[in-house]
Amino acid sequence: MDALISQLLNGSAQGALLLLAALGLSLTFGQMGVINMAHGEFLMLGAFTAYLVQQVIAASDLSIPVALPVAFVVAGLFGLLLEVTIIRWMYRRPLDTLLVTVGVSLILQQAALQIFPSQGVPVEKPSWLDGQLNVLGYEWPLRQLFTIVLASVCVAALSAWLKYTSFGRRIRATVHNRDLAETTGISTRTIDRLTFFVGSGLAGVAGVAASLIGGTNSQMGAQYIIPAFLVVAAGGIGQLKGTIIAAWAVGVALSCFAYWTTGSLAQVLAFILVIVFLQVRPQGLFTVRTRSLA
Amino acid sequence: MLEITDIEAGYGRTRVLHGVTVPAGKVVAVLGHNGAGKTTLLRLAIGLLKPTKGRVLFDGEDISSLAPNKRVARGMAYVPQGQQAFGQLTTLENLQLVADGRRRGKALIEAQMARFPALEKFATRKAGLLSGGQRQQLAIARALITEPKLLILDEPTEGIQPTIVAEIEQTIMQLAGEGIHVLLVEQHIGFALEAAERYVVLASGFVTQTGDGGLAAASTVRAAMAI
Repeated sequence: MDALISQLLNGSAQGALLLLAALGLSLTFGQMGVINMAHGEFLMLGAFTAYLVQQVIAASDLSIPVALPVAFVVAGLFGLLLEVTIIRWMYRRPLDTLLVTVGVSLILQQAALQIFPSQGVPVEKPSWLDGQLNVLGYEWPLRQLFTIVLASVCVAALSAWLKYTSFGRRIRATVHNRDLAETTGISTRTIDRLTFFVGSGLAGVAGVAASLIGGTNSQMGAQYIIPAFLVVAAGGIGQLKGTIIAAWAVGVALSCFAYWTTGSLAQVLAFILVIVFLQVRPQGLFTVRTRSLA
Repeated sequence: MLEITDIEAGYGRTRVLHGVTVPAGKVVAVLGHNGAGKTTLLRLAIGLLKPTKGRVLFDGEDISSLAPNKRVARGMAYVPQGQQAFGQLTTLENLQLVADGRRRGKALIEAQMARFPALEKFATRKAGLLSGGQRQQLAIARALITEPKLLILDEPTEGIQPTIVAEIEQTIMQLAGEGIHVLLVEQHIGFALEAAERYVVLASGFVTQTGDGGLAAASTVRAAMAI
Protein backbone atom coordinates (compact mmCIF):
# COMPACT_ATOMS: atom_id res chain seq x y z
CA MET A 1 0.00 0.00 0.00
CA ASP A 2 2.83 2.41 0.97
CA ALA A 3 4.57 1.64 -2.31
CA LEU A 4 1.38 2.36 -4.22
CA ILE A 5 0.90 5.72 -2.48
CA SER A 6 4.51 6.71 -3.04
CA GLN A 7 4.34 5.76 -6.72
CA LEU A 8 1.03 7.57 -7.15
CA LEU A 9 2.56 10.74 -5.68
CA ASN A 10 5.84 10.43 -7.58
CA GLY A 11 3.90 9.62 -10.73
CA SER A 12 1.65 12.63 -10.27
CA ALA A 13 4.71 14.88 -10.07
CA GLN A 14 6.21 13.20 -13.13
CA GLY A 15 2.87 13.60 -14.89
CA ALA A 16 2.81 17.29 -13.97
CA LEU A 17 6.24 17.76 -15.56
CA LEU A 18 5.07 15.90 -18.66
CA LEU A 19 1.97 18.05 -18.69
CA LEU A 20 4.08 21.22 -18.58
CA ALA A 21 6.11 19.91 -21.52
CA ALA A 22 2.96 18.83 -23.36
CA LEU A 23 0.95 22.03 -22.76
CA GLY A 24 2.94 24.00 -25.28
CA LEU A 25 2.76 21.10 -27.70
CA SER A 26 -1.02 20.95 -27.30
CA LEU A 27 -1.00 24.47 -28.75
CA THR A 28 1.61 24.12 -31.49
CA PHE A 29 0.96 20.49 -32.45
CA GLY A 30 -2.54 19.91 -31.13
CA GLN A 31 -4.03 23.20 -32.22
CA MET A 32 -1.82 24.27 -35.14
CA GLY A 33 -0.79 20.85 -36.44
CA VAL A 34 2.92 21.70 -36.42
CA ILE A 35 5.24 18.84 -35.48
CA ASN A 36 7.96 20.80 -33.72
CA MET A 37 10.72 18.42 -32.68
CA ALA A 38 12.68 21.38 -31.28
CA HIS A 39 10.05 21.80 -28.54
CA GLY A 40 12.22 19.70 -26.21
CA GLU A 41 15.12 22.07 -26.81
CA PHE A 42 12.91 25.03 -25.84
CA LEU A 43 12.44 23.17 -22.57
CA MET A 44 16.23 22.87 -22.35
CA LEU A 45 16.52 26.62 -22.98
CA GLY A 46 14.20 27.20 -20.03
CA ALA A 47 16.38 25.03 -17.79
CA PHE A 48 19.58 26.83 -18.85
CA THR A 49 17.80 30.14 -18.34
CA ALA A 50 17.13 29.08 -14.73
CA TYR A 51 20.85 28.39 -14.36
CA LEU A 52 21.84 31.74 -15.90
CA VAL A 53 19.36 33.64 -13.74
CA GLN A 54 20.98 31.98 -10.72
CA GLN A 55 24.34 33.33 -11.88
CA VAL A 56 22.87 36.83 -11.69
CA ILE A 57 20.63 36.40 -8.65
CA ALA A 58 22.61 34.15 -6.33
CA ALA A 59 19.81 33.69 -3.82
CA SER A 60 18.01 30.62 -5.15
CA ASP A 61 14.91 31.49 -3.09
CA LEU A 62 14.38 34.42 -5.39
CA SER A 63 16.05 33.23 -8.57
CA ILE A 64 13.55 30.47 -9.39
CA PRO A 65 10.45 32.73 -9.21
CA VAL A 66 12.34 35.21 -11.41
CA ALA A 67 13.52 32.47 -13.77
CA LEU A 68 9.97 31.28 -14.52
CA PRO A 69 8.78 34.37 -16.45
CA VAL A 70 12.25 34.95 -17.93
CA ALA A 71 12.36 31.35 -19.22
CA PHE A 72 8.87 31.82 -20.65
CA VAL A 73 9.99 34.88 -22.60
CA VAL A 74 13.34 33.41 -23.72
CA ALA A 75 11.85 30.13 -24.98
CA GLY A 76 8.89 32.03 -26.41
CA LEU A 77 11.19 34.32 -28.40
CA PHE A 78 13.13 31.35 -29.77
CA GLY A 79 9.80 29.77 -30.76
CA LEU A 80 8.71 33.00 -32.40
CA LEU A 81 11.99 33.16 -34.32
CA LEU A 82 11.49 29.57 -35.49
CA GLU A 83 7.94 30.36 -36.62
CA VAL A 84 8.86 33.53 -38.46
CA THR A 85 11.91 32.12 -40.21
CA ILE A 86 10.96 28.50 -40.90
CA ILE A 87 7.58 27.19 -39.77
CA ARG A 88 5.51 29.86 -41.52
CA TRP A 89 6.56 28.44 -44.88
CA MET A 90 5.64 24.90 -43.88
CA TYR A 91 2.09 24.97 -42.57
CA ARG A 92 0.16 21.97 -43.88
CA ARG A 93 3.46 20.19 -44.65
CA PRO A 94 3.93 18.18 -41.43
CA LEU A 95 6.70 15.89 -42.70
CA ASP A 96 8.84 18.81 -43.87
CA THR A 97 8.29 20.54 -40.53
CA LEU A 98 9.30 17.40 -38.66
CA LEU A 99 12.56 17.05 -40.60
CA VAL A 100 13.50 20.71 -40.35
CA THR A 101 12.75 20.97 -36.64
CA VAL A 102 14.80 17.83 -35.95
CA GLY A 103 17.66 19.79 -37.56
CA VAL A 104 16.91 22.83 -35.42
CA SER A 105 16.86 20.69 -32.26
CA LEU A 106 20.30 19.27 -33.13
CA ILE A 107 21.66 22.78 -33.73
CA LEU A 108 20.32 23.95 -30.37
CA GLN A 109 21.78 20.90 -28.60
CA GLN A 110 25.19 21.53 -30.17
CA ALA A 111 25.00 25.21 -29.31
CA ALA A 112 24.25 24.30 -25.68
CA LEU A 113 27.20 21.88 -25.70
CA GLN A 114 29.48 24.65 -26.96
CA ILE A 115 28.32 27.15 -24.35
CA PHE A 116 27.80 24.96 -21.26
CA PRO A 117 29.83 22.06 -19.82
CA SER A 118 28.97 18.71 -21.43
CA GLN A 119 28.13 17.13 -18.05
CA GLY A 120 25.54 19.80 -17.48
CA VAL A 121 25.10 22.61 -14.94
CA PRO A 122 23.63 22.62 -11.44
CA VAL A 123 20.46 24.54 -10.69
CA GLU A 124 20.07 25.13 -6.96
CA LYS A 125 16.70 24.40 -5.40
CA PRO A 126 15.26 27.24 -3.35
CA SER A 127 15.28 26.52 0.38
CA TRP A 128 11.50 26.61 0.50
CA LEU A 129 11.48 23.48 -1.63
CA ASP A 130 13.85 21.56 0.66
CA GLY A 131 11.31 19.97 2.95
CA GLN A 132 8.83 17.12 2.68
CA LEU A 133 5.12 16.88 3.14
CA ASN A 134 3.75 13.90 5.03
CA VAL A 135 1.03 12.27 2.93
CA LEU A 136 -0.47 9.14 4.52
CA GLY A 137 2.89 8.32 6.05
CA TYR A 138 4.90 9.01 2.93
CA GLU A 139 7.40 11.90 2.96
CA TRP A 140 6.62 13.65 -0.28
CA PRO A 141 9.37 16.04 -1.47
CA LEU A 142 8.08 19.62 -1.75
CA ARG A 143 9.78 20.11 -5.13
CA GLN A 144 7.44 17.46 -6.54
CA LEU A 145 4.46 19.27 -5.07
CA PHE A 146 5.83 22.50 -6.58
CA THR A 147 5.82 20.90 -10.04
CA ILE A 148 2.16 19.97 -9.61
CA VAL A 149 1.24 23.46 -8.39
CA LEU A 150 3.18 25.05 -11.27
CA ALA A 151 1.49 22.78 -13.83
CA SER A 152 -1.92 23.55 -12.31
CA VAL A 153 -1.29 27.29 -12.47
CA CYS A 154 -0.13 27.03 -16.09
CA VAL A 155 -3.15 24.92 -17.07
CA ALA A 156 -5.55 27.33 -15.33
CA ALA A 157 -3.87 30.36 -16.91
CA LEU A 158 -3.80 28.80 -20.38
CA SER A 159 -7.44 27.65 -20.13
CA ALA A 160 -8.61 31.06 -18.94
CA TRP A 161 -6.56 32.79 -21.64
CA LEU A 162 -8.01 30.60 -24.38
CA LYS A 163 -11.54 30.76 -23.02
CA TYR A 164 -12.01 34.33 -21.86
CA THR A 165 -9.70 36.59 -23.81
CA SER A 166 -10.09 38.02 -27.25
CA PHE A 167 -6.78 36.47 -28.33
CA GLY A 168 -7.86 33.10 -26.98
CA ARG A 169 -11.07 33.19 -28.98
CA ARG A 170 -9.12 34.18 -32.07
CA ILE A 171 -6.67 31.32 -31.58
CA ARG A 172 -9.52 28.82 -31.23
CA ALA A 173 -11.25 30.25 -34.29
CA THR A 174 -8.07 30.16 -36.40
CA VAL A 175 -7.38 26.58 -35.36
CA HIS A 176 -10.93 25.60 -36.22
CA ASN A 177 -11.17 27.15 -39.68
CA ARG A 178 -8.33 29.25 -40.97
CA ASP A 179 -10.03 30.64 -44.09
CA LEU A 180 -13.18 31.49 -42.19
CA ALA A 181 -11.14 33.22 -39.49
CA GLU A 182 -9.30 35.28 -42.10
CA THR A 183 -12.56 36.33 -43.78
CA THR A 184 -13.97 37.23 -40.37
CA GLY A 185 -11.26 39.85 -40.08
CA ILE A 186 -8.73 37.94 -37.98
CA SER A 187 -5.06 38.30 -38.91
CA THR A 188 -4.17 34.62 -38.85
CA ARG A 189 -0.47 35.42 -39.26
CA THR A 190 -0.48 37.37 -36.00
CA ILE A 191 -2.34 34.52 -34.32
CA ASP A 192 0.20 31.96 -35.60
CA ARG A 193 3.08 33.95 -34.17
CA LEU A 194 1.39 34.52 -30.84
CA THR A 195 0.40 30.87 -30.50
CA PHE A 196 3.93 29.75 -31.23
CA PHE A 197 5.33 32.26 -28.74
CA VAL A 198 3.04 31.05 -25.94
CA GLY A 199 3.46 27.36 -26.79
CA SER A 200 7.25 27.63 -26.80
CA GLY A 201 7.21 29.84 -23.71
CA LEU A 202 5.37 27.12 -21.81
CA ALA A 203 8.19 24.72 -22.73
CA GLY A 204 10.57 27.21 -21.13
CA VAL A 205 8.54 27.13 -17.89
CA ALA A 206 8.62 23.31 -18.05
CA GLY A 207 12.39 23.56 -18.35
CA VAL A 208 12.69 25.49 -15.09
CA ALA A 209 10.61 22.81 -13.31
CA ALA A 210 12.68 20.05 -14.95
CA SER A 211 15.92 21.71 -13.81
CA LEU A 212 14.78 21.34 -10.17
CA ILE A 213 14.03 17.64 -10.54
CA GLY A 214 16.65 16.25 -12.92
CA GLY A 215 19.89 17.34 -14.55
CA THR A 216 20.27 20.42 -16.73
CA ASN A 217 22.19 19.46 -19.85
CA SER A 218 22.09 19.64 -23.62
CA GLN A 219 20.33 16.27 -23.95
CA MET A 220 17.48 16.90 -21.53
CA GLY A 221 15.01 18.02 -24.20
CA ALA A 222 15.22 14.68 -25.97
CA GLN A 223 14.02 12.97 -22.77
CA TYR A 224 10.71 14.83 -22.83
CA ILE A 225 9.83 15.35 -26.47
CA ILE A 226 8.51 11.87 -27.36
CA PRO A 227 6.50 11.34 -24.11
CA ALA A 228 5.08 14.84 -24.56
CA PHE A 229 3.93 14.05 -28.11
CA LEU A 230 2.41 10.77 -26.89
CA VAL A 231 0.55 12.63 -24.15
CA VAL A 232 -0.93 15.12 -26.64
CA ALA A 233 -1.93 12.33 -29.04
CA ALA A 234 -3.42 10.15 -26.27
CA GLY A 235 -5.34 13.08 -24.83
CA GLY A 236 -6.97 13.89 -28.16
CA ILE A 237 -5.54 16.43 -30.58
CA GLY A 238 -6.18 19.96 -29.36
CA GLN A 239 -7.99 18.77 -26.22
CA LEU A 240 -6.56 20.37 -23.09
CA LYS A 241 -8.68 18.23 -20.75
CA GLY A 242 -7.45 15.07 -22.47
CA THR A 243 -3.83 16.26 -22.29
CA ILE A 244 -4.11 16.70 -18.51
CA ILE A 245 -5.55 13.23 -17.93
CA ALA A 246 -3.12 11.57 -20.34
CA ALA A 247 -0.11 13.32 -18.75
CA TRP A 248 -1.14 12.16 -15.29
CA ALA A 249 -1.79 8.60 -16.50
CA VAL A 250 1.54 8.36 -18.33
CA GLY A 251 3.37 9.88 -15.33
CA VAL A 252 1.87 7.38 -12.89
CA ALA A 253 2.46 4.49 -15.31
CA LEU A 254 6.11 5.50 -15.74
CA SER A 255 6.58 5.76 -11.99
CA CYS A 256 4.91 2.43 -11.21
CA PHE A 257 6.72 0.58 -14.01
CA ALA A 258 10.03 2.08 -12.89
CA TYR A 259 9.37 0.86 -9.33
CA TRP A 260 8.58 -2.68 -10.46
CA THR A 261 11.13 -2.92 -13.27
CA THR A 262 13.84 -0.45 -14.34
CA GLY A 263 13.77 3.19 -15.54
CA SER A 264 14.45 2.39 -19.19
CA LEU A 265 12.06 -0.58 -19.26
CA ALA A 266 9.41 1.64 -17.69
CA GLN A 267 9.69 4.04 -20.62
CA VAL A 268 9.25 1.19 -23.08
CA LEU A 269 6.24 -0.23 -21.19
CA ALA A 270 4.59 3.20 -20.92
CA PHE A 271 5.06 3.82 -24.64
CA ILE A 272 3.60 0.40 -25.47
CA LEU A 273 0.63 1.21 -23.25
CA VAL A 274 -0.01 4.51 -25.05
CA ILE A 275 0.45 2.94 -28.49
CA VAL A 276 -2.01 0.12 -27.65
CA PHE A 277 -4.45 2.74 -26.35
CA LEU A 278 -4.12 4.73 -29.59
CA GLN A 279 -4.75 1.56 -31.60
CA VAL A 280 -8.01 1.06 -29.73
CA ARG A 281 -8.94 4.76 -29.66
CA PRO A 282 -7.00 6.59 -32.39
CA GLN A 283 -8.81 9.87 -31.73
CA GLY A 284 -7.46 9.94 -28.16
CA LEU A 285 -9.41 10.41 -24.93
CA PHE A 286 -11.55 13.32 -26.11
CA THR A 287 -12.84 14.43 -29.48
CA VAL A 288 -14.76 17.41 -30.80
CA ARG A 289 -18.55 16.95 -30.79
CA THR A 290 -20.18 18.89 -33.60
CA ARG A 291 -22.99 18.66 -36.15
CA SER A 292 -20.97 20.41 -38.79
CA LEU A 293 -17.45 20.10 -40.08
CA ALA A 294 -16.91 23.84 -40.21
CA MET B 1 -18.35 50.16 -54.54
CA LEU B 2 -16.97 46.77 -55.77
CA GLU B 3 -15.67 46.56 -59.31
CA ILE B 4 -14.43 43.27 -60.70
CA THR B 5 -12.97 43.72 -64.16
CA ASP B 6 -11.75 41.16 -66.69
CA ILE B 7 -10.75 38.65 -64.06
CA GLU B 8 -8.95 35.40 -64.70
CA ALA B 9 -8.39 33.06 -61.78
CA GLY B 10 -8.28 29.41 -60.81
CA TYR B 11 -6.68 26.73 -58.68
CA GLY B 12 -3.16 25.68 -59.64
CA ARG B 13 -3.07 25.21 -63.40
CA THR B 14 -6.84 24.93 -63.70
CA ARG B 15 -8.34 28.21 -64.81
CA VAL B 16 -11.88 28.62 -63.50
CA LEU B 17 -12.79 32.22 -64.35
CA HIS B 18 -12.20 33.57 -67.84
CA GLY B 19 -12.32 37.33 -68.34
CA VAL B 20 -15.15 37.84 -65.86
CA THR B 21 -16.48 41.34 -65.28
CA VAL B 22 -19.14 41.93 -62.67
CA PRO B 23 -21.37 44.97 -63.18
CA ALA B 24 -21.53 47.56 -60.40
CA GLY B 25 -24.79 47.76 -58.49
CA LYS B 26 -26.34 48.01 -55.07
CA VAL B 27 -27.43 44.38 -55.08
CA VAL B 28 -25.71 42.22 -57.66
CA ALA B 29 -26.72 38.59 -58.12
CA VAL B 30 -24.36 36.00 -59.58
CA LEU B 31 -26.28 33.14 -61.14
CA GLY B 32 -25.18 29.88 -62.68
CA HIS B 33 -25.25 26.13 -62.38
CA ASN B 34 -22.98 24.18 -60.03
CA GLY B 35 -19.39 24.40 -61.22
CA ALA B 36 -19.99 27.62 -63.16
CA GLY B 37 -17.42 29.48 -61.03
CA LYS B 38 -19.76 31.43 -58.71
CA THR B 39 -18.07 30.47 -55.43
CA THR B 40 -14.64 30.98 -56.99
CA LEU B 41 -15.73 34.50 -57.96
CA LEU B 42 -16.82 35.28 -54.39
CA ARG B 43 -13.65 33.77 -52.90
CA LEU B 44 -11.75 36.05 -55.24
CA ALA B 45 -13.83 39.05 -54.17
CA ILE B 46 -13.01 38.49 -50.48
CA GLY B 47 -9.34 37.66 -51.14
CA LEU B 48 -9.14 33.92 -50.53
CA LEU B 49 -8.04 33.62 -54.13
CA LYS B 50 -5.82 35.99 -56.09
CA PRO B 51 -6.51 36.80 -59.76
CA THR B 52 -3.92 35.96 -62.40
CA LYS B 53 -5.32 38.76 -64.56
CA GLY B 54 -7.72 41.65 -64.09
CA ARG B 55 -8.50 43.95 -61.19
CA VAL B 56 -10.66 44.05 -58.08
CA LEU B 57 -11.43 47.59 -56.92
CA PHE B 58 -13.23 48.51 -53.71
CA ASP B 59 -14.18 52.13 -53.17
CA GLY B 60 -11.76 52.99 -55.97
CA GLU B 61 -8.79 51.18 -54.31
CA ASP B 62 -7.13 48.24 -56.06
CA ILE B 63 -7.46 45.42 -53.52
CA SER B 64 -6.45 42.57 -55.86
CA SER B 65 -3.53 41.51 -53.66
CA LEU B 66 -4.96 42.49 -50.27
CA ALA B 67 -5.41 39.76 -47.58
CA PRO B 68 -9.00 38.88 -46.61
CA ASN B 69 -8.72 40.32 -43.09
CA LYS B 70 -7.63 43.66 -44.53
CA ARG B 71 -10.57 43.65 -46.92
CA VAL B 72 -12.85 43.10 -43.92
CA ALA B 73 -11.23 46.10 -42.23
CA ARG B 74 -12.07 48.18 -45.32
CA GLY B 75 -15.76 47.29 -45.10
CA MET B 76 -16.29 43.97 -46.85
CA ALA B 77 -17.97 41.01 -45.14
CA TYR B 78 -18.32 37.45 -46.39
CA VAL B 79 -20.82 34.72 -45.59
CA PRO B 80 -19.41 31.56 -47.17
CA GLN B 81 -21.36 28.64 -48.54
CA GLY B 82 -22.36 25.86 -46.16
CA GLN B 83 -23.52 27.64 -42.97
CA GLN B 84 -20.00 27.97 -41.67
CA ALA B 85 -19.49 28.80 -38.02
CA PHE B 86 -16.67 28.16 -35.57
CA GLY B 87 -18.22 24.97 -34.26
CA GLN B 88 -16.18 24.67 -31.06
CA LEU B 89 -16.99 28.22 -29.98
CA THR B 90 -20.37 29.10 -28.53
CA THR B 91 -22.83 31.22 -30.46
CA LEU B 92 -21.93 34.23 -28.32
CA GLU B 93 -18.19 33.63 -28.74
CA ASN B 94 -18.66 33.50 -32.53
CA LEU B 95 -20.13 36.99 -32.32
CA GLN B 96 -17.64 38.29 -29.72
CA LEU B 97 -14.85 37.22 -32.02
CA VAL B 98 -15.86 39.93 -34.45
CA ALA B 99 -17.13 42.46 -31.91
CA ASP B 100 -13.89 42.41 -29.85
CA GLY B 101 -12.03 45.66 -30.21
CA ARG B 102 -14.93 47.49 -31.87
CA ARG B 103 -16.58 50.50 -30.36
CA ARG B 104 -20.11 49.57 -29.28
CA GLY B 105 -19.17 45.89 -29.64
CA LYS B 106 -21.76 44.78 -27.08
CA ALA B 107 -24.49 46.86 -28.71
CA LEU B 108 -23.60 45.37 -32.10
CA ILE B 109 -24.03 41.86 -30.70
CA GLU B 110 -27.34 42.79 -29.07
CA ALA B 111 -28.61 44.25 -32.35
CA GLN B 112 -27.88 41.01 -34.19
CA MET B 113 -29.46 38.92 -31.45
CA ALA B 114 -32.56 41.08 -31.79
CA ARG B 115 -32.51 40.48 -35.53
CA PHE B 116 -32.12 36.71 -35.07
CA PRO B 117 -33.77 35.74 -31.74
CA ALA B 118 -32.60 32.10 -32.03
CA LEU B 119 -29.04 33.31 -31.49
CA GLU B 120 -29.93 34.80 -28.12
CA LYS B 121 -31.79 31.64 -27.14
CA PHE B 122 -28.75 29.48 -27.94
CA ALA B 123 -26.08 31.99 -26.95
CA THR B 124 -24.18 29.54 -24.76
CA ARG B 125 -24.59 26.54 -27.07
CA LYS B 126 -21.61 25.49 -29.18
CA ALA B 127 -22.16 26.66 -32.74
CA GLY B 128 -21.40 23.19 -34.07
CA LEU B 129 -24.53 21.94 -32.33
CA LEU B 130 -26.89 24.51 -33.91
CA SER B 131 -29.17 23.57 -36.81
CA GLY B 132 -28.12 24.53 -40.34
CA GLY B 133 -30.53 27.46 -40.42
CA GLN B 134 -29.36 28.78 -37.06
CA ARG B 135 -25.75 28.48 -38.14
CA GLN B 136 -26.53 30.46 -41.28
CA GLN B 137 -28.19 33.16 -39.19
CA LEU B 138 -25.09 33.18 -37.01
CA ALA B 139 -22.86 33.51 -40.07
CA ILE B 140 -24.89 36.48 -41.32
CA ALA B 141 -24.96 38.09 -37.86
CA ARG B 142 -21.19 37.65 -37.56
CA ALA B 143 -20.72 39.38 -40.88
CA LEU B 144 -23.06 42.22 -39.97
CA ILE B 145 -21.27 42.97 -36.69
CA THR B 146 -18.39 44.28 -38.79
CA GLU B 147 -20.80 46.97 -40.03
CA PRO B 148 -19.92 46.25 -43.65
CA LYS B 149 -20.42 48.48 -46.65
CA LEU B 150 -20.56 45.38 -48.82
CA LEU B 151 -21.95 41.98 -47.84
CA ILE B 152 -20.89 38.99 -49.94
CA LEU B 153 -23.29 36.06 -49.59
CA ASP B 154 -22.62 32.63 -51.07
CA GLU B 155 -25.86 30.64 -51.40
CA PRO B 156 -27.31 31.84 -48.09
CA THR B 157 -30.49 29.77 -48.37
CA GLU B 158 -28.97 26.53 -49.62
CA GLY B 159 -29.98 23.45 -47.58
CA ILE B 160 -32.00 25.40 -45.05
CA GLN B 161 -35.53 24.74 -43.78
CA PRO B 162 -38.18 26.84 -45.62
CA THR B 163 -39.25 28.95 -42.60
CA ILE B 164 -35.69 30.18 -42.06
CA VAL B 165 -35.18 30.67 -45.82
CA ALA B 166 -37.99 33.24 -45.76
CA GLU B 167 -36.39 35.00 -42.75
CA ILE B 168 -33.00 35.13 -44.47
CA GLU B 169 -34.46 36.44 -47.72
CA GLN B 170 -36.32 39.11 -45.77
CA THR B 171 -33.09 40.06 -43.98
CA ILE B 172 -31.24 40.44 -47.29
CA MET B 173 -33.97 42.73 -48.64
CA GLN B 174 -33.87 44.74 -45.39
CA LEU B 175 -30.09 45.12 -45.53
CA ALA B 176 -30.25 46.35 -49.11
CA GLY B 177 -32.89 48.82 -47.93
CA GLU B 178 -30.53 49.97 -45.16
CA GLY B 179 -27.94 50.90 -47.78
CA ILE B 180 -25.61 47.89 -47.55
CA HIS B 181 -24.36 46.74 -50.94
CA VAL B 182 -24.82 43.02 -51.56
CA LEU B 183 -23.03 40.59 -53.85
CA LEU B 184 -25.18 37.49 -53.85
CA VAL B 185 -24.83 33.98 -55.22
CA GLU B 186 -28.22 32.32 -55.05
CA GLN B 187 -29.82 29.20 -56.54
CA HIS B 188 -33.38 30.53 -56.12
CA ILE B 189 -33.44 32.51 -59.34
CA GLY B 190 -36.80 34.11 -58.57
CA PHE B 191 -35.63 35.61 -55.30
CA ALA B 192 -32.23 36.58 -56.72
CA LEU B 193 -33.77 38.53 -59.60
CA GLU B 194 -36.30 40.16 -57.29
CA ALA B 195 -33.59 41.30 -54.89
CA ALA B 196 -30.93 42.25 -57.44
CA GLU B 197 -30.44 45.57 -59.13
CA ARG B 198 -28.04 43.92 -61.56
CA TYR B 199 -27.27 40.31 -62.29
CA VAL B 200 -24.56 38.34 -64.05
CA VAL B 201 -24.87 34.80 -65.35
CA LEU B 202 -21.83 32.52 -65.33
CA ALA B 203 -21.45 29.32 -67.33
CA SER B 204 -18.19 27.32 -67.23
CA GLY B 205 -16.38 30.38 -65.91
CA PHE B 206 -17.54 32.74 -68.68
CA VAL B 207 -20.06 35.55 -68.36
CA THR B 208 -22.95 34.61 -70.64
CA GLN B 209 -25.37 37.36 -69.69
CA THR B 210 -25.68 40.50 -67.61
CA GLY B 211 -28.74 42.63 -67.05
CA ASP B 212 -31.03 44.51 -64.70
CA GLY B 213 -32.52 42.36 -62.01
CA GLY B 214 -36.08 43.48 -61.77
CA LEU B 215 -36.64 43.36 -65.51
CA ALA B 216 -35.13 40.00 -66.24
CA ALA B 217 -37.31 37.05 -67.00
CA ALA B 218 -36.24 33.90 -65.20
CA SER B 219 -36.53 31.91 -68.45
CA THR B 220 -33.96 34.18 -70.19
CA VAL B 221 -31.57 33.71 -67.29
CA ARG B 222 -32.03 29.93 -67.33
CA ALA B 223 -31.22 29.92 -71.03
CA ALA B 224 -28.02 31.88 -70.38
CA MET B 225 -27.06 29.47 -67.58
CA ALA B 226 -27.32 26.55 -69.99
CA ILE B 227 -24.88 28.02 -72.55
